[in-house]
Amino acid sequence: MERKIRVLIAKPGLDGHDRGAKVVARALRDAGMEVIYTGLRQTPEMIVSAAIQEDVDAIGLSILSGAHMHYFKEVKRLLDEQGASDILLFGGGIIPDEDVPKLKELGVAAVFGPGTLTQEIVEFLQREVPKKWAKAGF
Amino acid sequence: MRKKHDWMRETYKKSTERMPERPVAHRTLSNIAPDPLYTPEDVEPFDYEKKLSYPGEYPYTRGVYGSMYRSKLWTMRMFAGFGTAEQTNERFKKLLAAGQTGLSVAFDLPTLMGYDSDHPLSKGEVGKCGVAVSSLADMEVLFDGINLEEVTTSMTINSPANAIWGMYLALAKKKGYDWKKLGGTIQNDILKEFIAQKEFIFPPEPSVKLVIDTFEWGPKNVPRWNFISVSGYHIREAGATAVQELAFTLADGFAYVEAALERGLDIDYFAPRISFFFDVHNDFFEEIAKFRAARRIWATEMKERYGAKNLRSWMLRTHAQTAGVSLTAQQPLNNIVRVAIQALAAVLGGTNSLHTDAYDEALALPTEESAKIALRTQQIIAYESGVTHTIDPLAGSYYVEWLTDKIEEEARKYIEAIRKLGEGTPYPTYYGTIRGIENGYFQREIGDASYRFQQEVESGERIIVGVNAFKDEKEPEVPILLVDPEVERVQAERLARIRRERDEQRVKEALEGLRRAAVTGQNTMPHFVEAALAYATLGEMMDVLRAVYGVYEEPVMV
Repeated sequence: MERKIRVLIAKPGLDGHDRGAKVVARALRDAGMEVIYTGLRQTPEMIVSAAIQEDVDAIGLSILSGAHMHYFKEVKRLLDEQGASDILLFGGGIIPDEDVPKLKELGVAAVFGPGTLTQEIVEFLQREVPKKWAKAGF
Repeated sequence: MRKKHDWMRETYKKSTERMPERPVAHRTLSNIAPDPLYTPEDVEPFDYEKKLSYPGEYPYTRGVYGSMYRSKLWTMRMFAGFGTAEQTNERFKKLLAAGQTGLSVAFDLPTLMGYDSDHPLSKGEVGKCGVAVSSLADMEVLFDGINLEEVTTSMTINSPANAIWGMYLALAKKKGYDWKKLGGTIQNDILKEFIAQKEFIFPPEPSVKLVIDTFEWGPKNVPRWNFISVSGYHIREAGATAVQELAFTLADGFAYVEAALERGLDIDYFAPRISFFFDVHNDFFEEIAKFRAARRIWATEMKERYGAKNLRSWMLRTHAQTAGVSLTAQQPLNNIVRVAIQALAAVLGGTNSLHTDAYDEALALPTEESAKIALRTQQIIAYESGVTHTIDPLAGSYYVEWLTDKIEEEARKYIEAIRKLGEGTPYPTYYGTIRGIENGYFQREIGDASYRFQQEVESGERIIVGVNAFKDEKEPEVPILLVDPEVERVQAERLARIRRERDEQRVKEALEGLRRAAVTGQNTMPHFVEAALAYATLGEMMDVLRAVYGVYEEPVMV
């Protein structure tokens, strides 16, 4: 049986604009992935805890509020702290181009800004997650 | 006269046999598929008196005022706010100097969610997507040097609307302004928060109670104030079609009317000060038709169904904003064109107030320069395009009248579906809306519509210039607004100072008054004003209500 890619889609912080997160979650499900959508107003602690509990391969953060540096940093820090650094971290929302390299430096694997086609996100995960599995010996 | 279907079968068919129709979606954003042509056949018999009448006359299809833009242009009201109150005050003054004719305040997420700037959950979010307001002290700075009797202010605030309005009124009182002379709006539309924007705090029932407090207290205390701006913008941005946007917004409006009637208020007492807020999106004629249909449906329902007698209760007055969701991060300068077309649609649709987005808003909040271009867009339409020479110029267009009728028909189907959810209750639109919120009806409709749109874009059926067609290899560098990270520290210091200097006893008593009003179901507004005057913070006021009403978590669905 083929192993399914497991993804957590999360809305960190106070922002309630969830159109993008829901469209991405649905597209990933349609592409055959197991998707857990956390709902709104998640703290970094809640996100990392859910990700570990659900044994996901990747976490996607949706941030439109301008607070992306803060939330990505926090989530990455907690993932590392709890020995879950191998979980791929990606995201999207309203993130200025100049912040993308800074996020990549933090360890964010990809940033999918406005105009991204969901197919790109599907392909990214289908490409990168198996690499992660291979490294872990699957 | 030769019939349209003969032309379709002959000339049109011949033409498309030679040159097939282009393989794109020949459908509006509501999936209405217009015919290639409209003729007198499509709108006859045309009852001008019943369908249109005249501007300033029931059912107001052609405009709510008798002389519309010939006498007074729509208010040019640019939504603004970021960082500290000082920074936003500066932006307000620049926009007023550049010619805007009304103020519009954007608050940051902590404020929108009823948290003080120094609350743990505010970390990283202070001042990022709007101005931070935690108390009257911030309000005082925000409106420094602005005469509140001379300019009207719209505040985009929902769950904490009573508190923020309380602070504005407290400010006015302190400065010696006459409340009877104050004009403005609070968005205060909590139903659409549950449906689309999700900035709710308390569960639906107490949230509506807080809104109706403003319906009750507003008209007699601040008679020129629009205590609600029933909004479709957010519903549309969340993915709804134009028809759904119209239907859900009007349903919300009727829901509030019913909730106010349930409290025993007289419809003609509060209805004249209900205002609206619609999106204005890409499909040019659909948007124009939407505004016209909106006015007609509201007027006829208010008069025929709800029995309102005051003609001001029948008038749908509305603000509009160009569609944020249509802005692209790719080739951002193209957004100036999108906004111009959308703004023109709002004007041809008869809007009473307008905000135009800046070209860089898919990337960040507007810079001073980009906001100015957006304002200039309105000014050019107003003064150079000539569309203001005559009122409702598109009336009589076969397509526009057909489309107005079609949108009304489709929207009414949704309103009836919502009323059916509330069947058996004395106030079916209100209870139907609450049930729709609780059982996921709106979430499903909006989720499906947004997913369908995305699929149309991915298949290429819907072209977005620069995104899935006409892409550039290299994207231009666009200067963007950076919010000063010092904001959080400045706010924390201000809050610490307020807590040191204020009269704690007065705060305690004010908050207790608020708590008692909430518990006993009395009107909370006088207590919000008093709490604001005492320099109680927003967080403190909201915490009182959180303790009484509890907090709401929506059912999670994709």
